[in-house]
Amino acid sequence: MESSRKAANPLRQLVGWFTTPPVTGHWSYRFILYPLLQIIAFISVIALFLSAIAYLLAFLFPEPRPNILLLQQVNRQLPGMIISGISIGFVYAMIALGYTLVYGVLKFINFAHSEIFMVGGVIGFEVMRRIDDAGFIQTWNPVLLITTIVLAAMLSSGLLAVFIERVAYRPLRNAPRLIPLISAIGVSFFLTDFVRAAQALIRNDFNLTYPTNDLEWLRGAIPVAFGEVTVNVKPTSIIIVLGAVVTLVALNFFVNGTKLGRGIRAVSQDQATAGLMGINVNRMISLTFFVGGAFGGAAGTLFGMNVGTITPYVGFIPGVKAFTAAVLGGIGNVTGALLGGLTIGMLEAFLQGLLVYFPALGQRYTDIFVFLILILILIFRPSGLLGERVDEKV
Amino acid sequence: MMAALLELKNVHTYYGHIHALKGVDLHINQGEIVTLIGSNGAGKSTTLRTISGIARPKRGQVFLNGKDITGMKPHEVTALGVGHVPEGRRIFPLLTVQENLEVGAWNVTDKATINARMQQCFELFPRLKERLAQKGGTLSGGEQQMLAISRALMAQPSVVLLDEPSMGLSPVLVEGIFEIIKRINADGTTVLLVEQNAQMALQIAQRGYVLQTGIVALQDSAEMLIQDETVRKVYLGEN
Repeated sequence: MESSRKAANPLRQLVGWFTTPPVTGHWSYRFILYPLLQIIAFISVIALFLSAIAYLLAFLFPEPRPNILLLQQVNRQLPGMIISGISIGFVYAMIALGYTLVYGVLKFINFAHSEIFMVGGVIGFEVMRRIDDAGFIQTWNPVLLITTIVLAAMLSSGLLAVFIERVAYRPLRNAPRLIPLISAIGVSFFLTDFVRAAQALIRNDFNLTYPTNDLEWLRGAIPVAFGEVTVNVKPTSIIIVLGAVVTLVALNFFVNGTKLGRGIRAVSQDQATAGLMGINVNRMISLTFFVGGAFGGAAGTLFGMNVGTITPYVGFIPGVKAFTAAVLGGIGNVTGALLGGLTIGMLEAFLQGLLVYFPALGQRYTDIFVFLILILILIFRPSGLLGERVDEKV
Repeated sequence: MMAALLELKNVHTYYGHIHALKGVDLHINQGEIVTLIGSNGAGKSTTLRTISGIARPKRGQVFLNGKDITGMKPHEVTALGVGHVPEGRRIFPLLTVQENLEVGAWNVTDKATINARMQQCFELFPRLKERLAQKGGTLSGGEQQMLAISRALMAQPSVVLLDEPSMGLSPVLVEGIFEIIKRINADGTTVLLVEQNAQMALQIAQRGYVLQTGIVALQDSAEMLIQDETVRKVYLGEN
């Protein structure tokens, strides 16, 4: 019934096509073309929407400060804002996936996920630093180097997430819902201080600087011309985008195209019945934590490479922003995490680019607007943009 | 006497402080259709949930083929050949019909076997074949019941526990479902059937148990139960 009513509205149909993965068709369409088209569509729609708002602002406030024409600034900055928005958006999307996958199977917010992200950044740093100390960093093939670092971060963050679930959440599975939440916050504090203590012991310093400056190809910026405007694109931005696209396409295949992915979806829809089908529910939950943690770890090390320095406290803000992204997209919805992450990242880039021109505001107010979104979403559309579309019939 | 396929010995199950099963003894022999009848809250579903491991009994034992399966996890019980069609069908609403069936055959690794079993399900329920790519949540109640039964059969269980398969279905569909249950049984699957519709259940069953507030009040062959005066009054609605 519901679907036939929706079909009457072509816009809804289009939105539905882009937000619901296809269940039929050739594998190359389902698992490669479709997710790529989806990512491109999301980026285009968000970029168009935010550009429209930027031009609207330029129309409403033509000269926010004396001698500064907002229209000129928007024209000049637009390509740069979109590019940096895409790269930070992918980082948020990858972290948001961890929140959303775990919420999907356990209906629980893993507040330690921001620290799993941080640990990914630290492990990535350790691996890169050790390769550098051993003197191989110049000689290794760039693709091999980045892949090794990212895979190491993914594996360790994934295993860490599985371990955390086993010791801190599983014993509380039947406790009231608030209890594992408190346990998660405890784990989060523990990990922060553990990493701080460990790095203080090993390196006598917990500000961990990626040795990116030792690499010619990572240090510079690539100039890209957009008409009259030239944008200097950081190589790490390109790495983030490539890494995110590859892992996101792989995730889509894993969730929608493999037996284990089917098992995870079954567990997230009905745990008791999934058990009756012969699915080992605990194993599926561990697997979900692994996948979510691995994405957090990859995001952590890509973020670290991009920013340059990681500290044990670095996880909190990106973690809360990614959580906002997950809620914005609809917590529990994998596509929603992608949409939400890209939206928050782009919005942040636009705000950072344009807020400086407004008196009494400034870049430092960026986060206020991001969290305003969280508040507005929670008030007006708690199920998020894509919602948890469970149309259960009883 | 031949050993029972499934046997419950003095099973006590609690939901929190509620004593739902107060010492249930029952057995099901290979190849039988056995029905459990009783009013709401008598413990019928709890008995099934205890067998398949969703509910854990506090006392007593459950045996499958003479093996003690008390306290095993649901997926372990399923792997031993117990299929459970839960109350309210519990289709995975966001998985397609095909995916629902594939999940039903979770422990089968061979793709050809899965396809062969799917074909067998389509023989029982041709309608499912047309709905393969549709999401489970969009099926009608009757189709969901067909899918729920097929999904349990995908694992080729030696005994299948059916919880209220006729609930919420039109009389025509109910008759169809009971025909299918007879066919499944004729193909060699033992059936434990929980039903509100005691009349129809007793017609296809060989034996029956009457549960009353967590204990077995009566047990007999189906013919005897149909003729029993209390059963007729209380469960078959006759004066």
